[in-house]
Amino acid sequence: MIVVAVLVLAVGTWTMKAFGPMVSAGRELPPTLQRLTDLVPAAMLAALVATQTVVSDTGLGVDARVGGVAAAAVAVALRAPFAAVVVIGAGVAASLRALGWG
Amino acid sequence: MKTLSRTHNATAGLRAPVLRRALPVGAAVAVYGLSYGVLAVTAGLSPLVATLSSVAILAGGSQFAFVGVLLGGGTPMAGAAAGLLLNLRFVPFGLAVARHLPASSLGRRAVDSYLVVDESVAIGLAGPPAHATRRFRVTGWTVTVAWIVSTGVGAYGGQLIGDPERFGLDAAFPAGFLALLAPWLRTRAGRVAAILGVLLALGLTPVTPPGVPIVASVLGAVLALRWLPAPPVDTAGEATT
Repeated sequence: MIVVAVLVLAVGTWTMKAFGPMVSAGRELPPTLQRLTDLVPAAMLAALVATQTVVSDTGLGVDARVGGVAAAAVAVALRAPFAAVVVIGAGVAASLRALGWG
Repeated sequence: MKTLSRTHNATAGLRAPVLRRALPVGAAVAVYGLSYGVLAVTAGLSPLVATLSSVAILAGGSQFAFVGVLLGGGTPMAGAAAGLLLNLRFVPFGLAVARHLPASSLGRRAVDSYLVVDESVAIGLAGPPAHATRRFRVTGWTVTVAWIVSTGVGAYGGQLIGDPERFGLDAAFPAGFLALLAPWLRTRAGRVAAILGVLLALGLTPVTPPGVPIVASVLGAVLALRWLPAPPVDTAGEATT
């Protein structure tokens, strides 16, 4: 049953990924739609950051992740490289947990 | 790039800088993959199925959602449904990157589809449009290899690692996405889209199933367009690193 569910998830995921590359690769979209697709990652990545920072099984809430992501935000503002941002985010969250918070 | 030969050299020499950008992303993905491998085996997948699930699905967030449902006592099909809902975002992501992809064979496009992940799309679109395809593909393959190998390591050797949260790995995800988001935050339209995306996602989280808030955040990009009709010629292009 688990294997069937994995296959369903795999085929469904590829189908959704394929929408763009299979249908519209190499075609010019109308300018407004082009600008929209350029902005889509901004809205969605921001939504992913927000939900992964404050959403847990019990709903919205503040825990050690908020401290980690806040530190990561400072690193991003200072133009730290990608790896440093991730390490700082994880490190600060882990430290806060070790101190008994969140 | 005045002459053909110099153009050729520039293209050949491009691989290294693109890889330099992709490798740290791959390293971060490997850390998530490690914790996914551990978690998947804890949730009842055999190490082999856990590893193959990363090959077949290649979408980390949905895989975590899948094993999360299993760990919470849900059925495998409920887990698959939660994962699919989360992956709806790949429809607009795929469309966003597709316009930079060359018109190529069906097989090539099927492979490009497989490579559509958050990281490959974000890095593909952030930078000069001329090299978007290369950034997308190099990042996509880097993430693919990192994700699959690290899942295997976590699944087969994972019980030695212990609880991933102790190392703050759950904060590594949003920190990584924040770093990927950075180029957009340096443009006005990007900032407006990001803020609206956050508000929409958090506002909808208490009242919708997981995945829906992320998909609905696309409206943030639509509204940002509305509010900022003066077109910067190529938003992502100007957000070059």
